[in-house]
Amino acid sequence: MNYHINHLRELESESIFILREVVSQFENPVIMFSGGKDSILMTYLAVKAFYPAKVPFPLLHVDTGHNFPETIEFRDNLVAKYGLRLVVGLVQDAIDKGLVTEEKGVNASRNGLQIYTLLDELEKGKFDAALGGGRRDEEKARAKERFFSHRDEFGQWDPKNQRPELWNLFNGRKQIGEHFRVFPISNWTELDVWQYLAEEKVPLPNLYFAHKRNVFERDGVLLADTELIPKKPDEEVFEEMIRCRTIGDMTCTGVWRSKAETVEDIIAEVATTRLTERGGRADDKRSETAMEDRKKQGYF
Amino acid sequence: MSKELHTELLRFTTAGSVDDGKSTLIGRLLYDSKSIFQDQYDDIERISAKRGEEGVNLALLTDGLKAEREQGITIDVAYRYFSTPKRKFIIADTPGHIQYTRNMVTGASTANVALMLIDARNGVVEQTRRHAIIASFLQIPHVVVCVNKMDLVDYSEEVFTSIHDQFEAFAAKLDIKDFHFIPISALKGDNVVTRSENTGWYEGPTLMYYLENVHIASDHNFIDCRFPVQHVIRPYNDDFHDYRGYAGRLAGGVFKVGDEVMVLPSGFTSKVARIDTFDGELEEAFPPMSITILLEDDIDVSRGDMIVRVSNSPRVTQDIDAMLCWFDNTKPIQPRGKYTIRHTTQEARCIVKEVKYKLDINSLHRNLGDTQLQMNDMGRVVLRITKPLFVDSYRQNRITGSIILVDEGTNNTVAAGMII
Repeated sequence: MNYHINHLRELESESIFILREVVSQFENPVIMFSGGKDSILMTYLAVKAFYPAKVPFPLLHVDTGHNFPETIEFRDNLVAKYGLRLVVGLVQDAIDKGLVTEEKGVNASRNGLQIYTLLDELEKGKFDAALGGGRRDEEKARAKERFFSHRDEFGQWDPKNQRPELWNLFNGRKQIGEHFRVFPISNWTELDVWQYLAEEKVPLPNLYFAHKRNVFERDGVLLADTELIPKKPDEEVFEEMIRCRTIGDMTCTGVWRSKAETVEDIIAEVATTRLTERGGRADDKRSETAMEDRKKQGYF
Repeated sequence: MSKELHTELLRFTTAGSVDDGKSTLIGRLLYDSKSIFQDQYDDIERISAKRGEEGVNLALLTDGLKAEREQGITIDVAYRYFSTPKRKFIIADTPGHIQYTRNMVTGASTANVALMLIDARNGVVEQTRRHAIIASFLQIPHVVVCVNKMDLVDYSEEVFTSIHDQFEAFAAKLDIKDFHFIPISALKGDNVVTRSENTGWYEGPTLMYYLENVHIASDHNFIDCRFPVQHVIRPYNDDFHDYRGYAGRLAGGVFKVGDEVMVLPSGFTSKVARIDTFDGELEEAFPPMSITILLEDDIDVSRGDMIVRVSNSPRVTQDIDAMLCWFDNTKPIQPRGKYTIRHTTQEARCIVKEVKYKLDINSLHRNLGDTQLQMNDMGRVVLRITKPLFVDSYRQNRITGSIILVDEGTNNTVAAGMII
């Protein structure tokens, strides 16, 4: 007798358990969809968790207006394929209304501005559980994140006052006006995600695979050439075979020299790489505790 | 299929203070298994240099939050990941100090293995005993004791054997099924991943070999069939018009299509018609799989119900004896106090009928007169529940034998309990 499932099946089972628990414990959950592989994985797991019924909650995409065009196209196809509901929050609206101020200078990014639109959309939609694709292996502040992460009425995270999580027992009780962030794929590593996506043959945006693109180098990181990023006089644009390891805004997502054209190539690359995937994220490099500081304010 | 896809998942917990080298050991496991990336390494190298430390402080890899970096302590459970071709590992890294008992309990609740560190210079200390007692109450199936800093005692076999004997004498009073001792130096790397030439007298495995090979396939209960219904799936569309599936994660036993089953609390019986997943139907299912069960008969089943075998039922009861660990730092347990209780997929209310005794978690002594359970205290309690729960003893099944209590005012999780 050998009853045994491999680590990917166990992670899948754990994530499906969390997704079903969310629907049972909350009135109005939503998936925070970024267009990256982690939120694609989470959406795919949600489809599995409720099969043959449809996913009983919508996707929320906070659109900074600085997305790669491929991200938007992929999002719309995914929504159509699984009959999902999509809510889009536009950062441009908040800027136009003067509610947030755009950063200035060559390194300007709308990454930080997303927080306002995100919290605003969560409030407007009366969403009480926002599902995120955050993983604990990504960044040191996320290593201590819970599956069910309580947020106060200002959407803030208090790392010192987190609810202990034991066994399979999750406590989603809250006061009116508070909400939860829930991270169903907390225990997956980057390699797990890729292995699973390969095994399941999940379609992904082309950005993840090696392609030719005009790029330039800044602070040791390659960035895609776009009119959204003003270049310094000494920054030269050149063509390179690259791919994205994470997908965020064009303004802050570093791209990598790579020849990985298939998921299998990517797995081989990830297994031997010596840099973390967020190593190319300018938004994390701002300070030693950049992620922790943003999380406390209500970032993803 | 590639070779990685046969890897098992092993969860282990570590506890210890900054001084016994726990963070260094974890840093060493991550570093030697090549799970540390160059930018992370550069990062801690830079910070080590800024602090004026000699060499690269591997302990910095595990001290995540700002407060911890400032104070040089670990204040919460942090999860770390590494993998080898054989296994994927999840480490629940917890501080070992007495005020962090609740974190140790949290980390222990899902662990297959408890990794305990003993400083070879100090031998078995209070903190070792406390961790062993928690491992015993939380029924961690395997315990591995690493006698660390062997380099500081000249790799002495005598020191190792004496600590081994001390620990065994103490552990004889506990309920630990399987334990193992390894002499290591986390700092120098002896017997962590590679076998040490300094401990020629030691014939056992390295820590990494142990973690890769310890038998965990029997850690789940495959005997007593328990399926707590988590969510009812009703598609309401033309393709699946009469579909009524009970979704959940198996907590025990092996369910097969055609099995005669009983639904609790109604007691109605039926047969398993189908075991469904997105990837197709299964002939049988076992823990820890998430599945959807369809029954042959149209009976009323909802979240919180439990599907079991007719001949093997859990206890159906409104009265529970449990060993409780108190988590709340604002107030102690209230005798006659009312709390929300969560057990499997059930939620109910309960009243604390009696606190029988407080346990001294350093000596196992039962303090019969003391019923004030404060934060980090453990004690034996009797609870009365507003509706029947379907329970097993924690020893028999860690999932159907565990509970948490939630404060109805603050909504905080204030206690975790193991059903006796």
